[in-house]
Amino acid sequence: MSILLDNTTRVIVQGITGREGQYHTRNMIAAGTNVVGGVTPSKGGQTVEGVPVFDTVAQAKAATDANASCIFVPPAGAADAIMEAASAGIKLIVCITEGIPVVDMTRAMLVVREKGATLIGPNCPGMCTPGFGKIGIIPYQIFNPGPVGFISRSGTLTYEVVSLLTGAGIGQSTCIGIGGDPIIGSTFADYLSLFEKDPQTKVVVMCGEIGGSDEEDAAEFIKTMTKPVVAFVSGRTAPAGKRMGHAGAIISGNTGTAQGKVSALQAAGVPVADTIFDIPELVKKVL
Amino acid sequence: MKIHEYQAKDILAKYGIPVQPGKVAHTPEEAEAIARELGEPVVIKAQVYVGGRGKAGGIQFGDTPEQAREAATRVLGMDIKGLTVEKVLVTSKIDIKDEYYLGIVLDRKSQAPVVMVSTAGGIDIEEVAEKTPEKIIQQPIDMRWGLRPFEALDIVTRAGFPSNILRQSAAILAALAKAFIESDANLAEINPLAYTTDGKVLAADGKIVIDDNGLFRQKEYATWAEPEEANPLEYEAKQAGLTYVKLDGDVGIIGNGAGLVMTTLDMVARAGGKPANFLDIGGGAKAEVMYKSLTFVARDPQVKGILVNIFGGITRGEEVAKGVIMAQAELPKGMPIVVRLSGTGAEEGRALLKDAGLDWGKDMRDASEKIVAAIARTEKGL
Repeated sequence: MSILLDNTTRVIVQGITGREGQYHTRNMIAAGTNVVGGVTPSKGGQTVEGVPVFDTVAQAKAATDANASCIFVPPAGAADAIMEAASAGIKLIVCITEGIPVVDMTRAMLVVREKGATLIGPNCPGMCTPGFGKIGIIPYQIFNPGPVGFISRSGTLTYEVVSLLTGAGIGQSTCIGIGGDPIIGSTFADYLSLFEKDPQTKVVVMCGEIGGSDEEDAAEFIKTMTKPVVAFVSGRTAPAGKRMGHAGAIISGNTGTAQGKVSALQAAGVPVADTIFDIPELVKKVL
Repeated sequence: MKIHEYQAKDILAKYGIPVQPGKVAHTPEEAEAIARELGEPVVIKAQVYVGGRGKAGGIQFGDTPEQAREAATRVLGMDIKGLTVEKVLVTSKIDIKDEYYLGIVLDRKSQAPVVMVSTAGGIDIEEVAEKTPEKIIQQPIDMRWGLRPFEALDIVTRAGFPSNILRQSAAILAALAKAFIESDANLAEINPLAYTTDGKVLAADGKIVIDDNGLFRQKEYATWAEPEEANPLEYEAKQAGLTYVKLDGDVGIIGNGAGLVMTTLDMVARAGGKPANFLDIGGGAKAEVMYKSLTFVARDPQVKGILVNIFGGITRGEEVAKGVIMAQAELPKGMPIVVRLSGTGAEEGRALLKDAGLDWGKDMRDASEKIVAAIARTEKGL
């Protein structure tokens, strides 16, 4: 098994007629994802990559019984797209868009919570369940099915570490890039609780970074888990007050430092890799 | 994006929050003219993007227009924490009886703006939070409504504001919340909120930070962009669309993806090097972007060598290699470059690099060790 994405997942793509939307729809289908439709206002009735396009998410849901959405809508309309998906009853929403105003996200999160939807991202590479497919832009070919649940705040770092794991003969159950913005949908602790309940997942690898307190909150949750977790934290050399690319990756005052996160995780009994190259060995030890 | 106090006060005034009359001056003569126009004693306040202006001598007084000119002469051109003062706010002097704090900050945990109010005004709120947290009242804003008047009144009342200024300070707090939301702010602060000896309540200082992601629709504020840091390269990078952060070391670093670049910095540090910068070229970059990034990083006089670390997905290895080769001719002679390519187009890219005689690393660790060693060799003149 896996979490969130399996053979019951029916995906629509919001912003399917855009360059990014179309390109990644093709890749998602090639990875085996069941993409059942797309949404772009005023483009209803068209076909993209062999799937029907609708004007609204409500129409798409009614016609295709979709239960997941992947959002490629530009920043100005992306939070609205999230709210549209949640309001239409879509339960899994993956928002790839980078650059959404944070005020918009504070409003979108109210709707996501009220409707009981799961939001991955925004500003994330999406997710992937090897063997079933992917929702988002993660390169599918680096994965192999296996026992590792993988969660990370970053995109290319995820690809890097997954490649190391696959290269070491360690496969993955589900991989999720949770997003680099200050306000994101589900957090590390939310995914950890799903992996804890997933029979296929034997160990979770968590790649955190400076900023916020998601890793510290995860450490608290890990104390209640039966499955082992291996962690890595990037940004050990980052100075305070400088935003390291991700809007969320900034040390302010004493909160959000790499050292604080490493200590919190270690206190929860989590082995924290010094470099990403140590991750496969640490995983093998606890498997 | 940071903005200046005078700009923050313009925003506050637009939302009906009382501020002292004043204007910004770029020369002592302008300061004198503004003081004359105001016709009363003034304060001259340095407009720089750092705290601690007062302690640095960046806030001075002038009882007459002539004194205002003299004060402005002293403050303009002053260096405050590495930043040169290029303008001053000339504003009416007030007699403050009491100082309060009103702030709103985006809170990741509650996923909403959080209001913070305290009777301990005029000092750094982080200090208050640390020493006397009970003096701060905090409450998240329900984004369905914004901060409603009764909530604002409840907050200032619970914070222990004196009865005679409750109504005014609640109105100011509600207006501050409106300004925060409508301006796409990450932070909005009035510190101090001053209660003057002649019974007025007004924002004696204001600080607002605008969310970069909101600038596309905050068109007026977007025009206020200025170099935020002591290093002008960061500002230039931003204008050129590069995500660049200046650091202290000598190893220039370029990669794709914030997390990967951050990890590369850590890896270089582990290999014994000191990163000179963070530069994320983002996804799908073409040769021109790579070229621009390399020549940009090399402009930092501290940089002695450059490491390029790319995990190809939508970014293609051969595009990266082409960009590096294009830039090579323009970099200082003998400056070492090590490129690490993986993923899409890595093979093709490495072949191009080999033909151009450029060094490459098999993975991030190997590449980090190679660039650190190469810089050490050039240092020794080998």
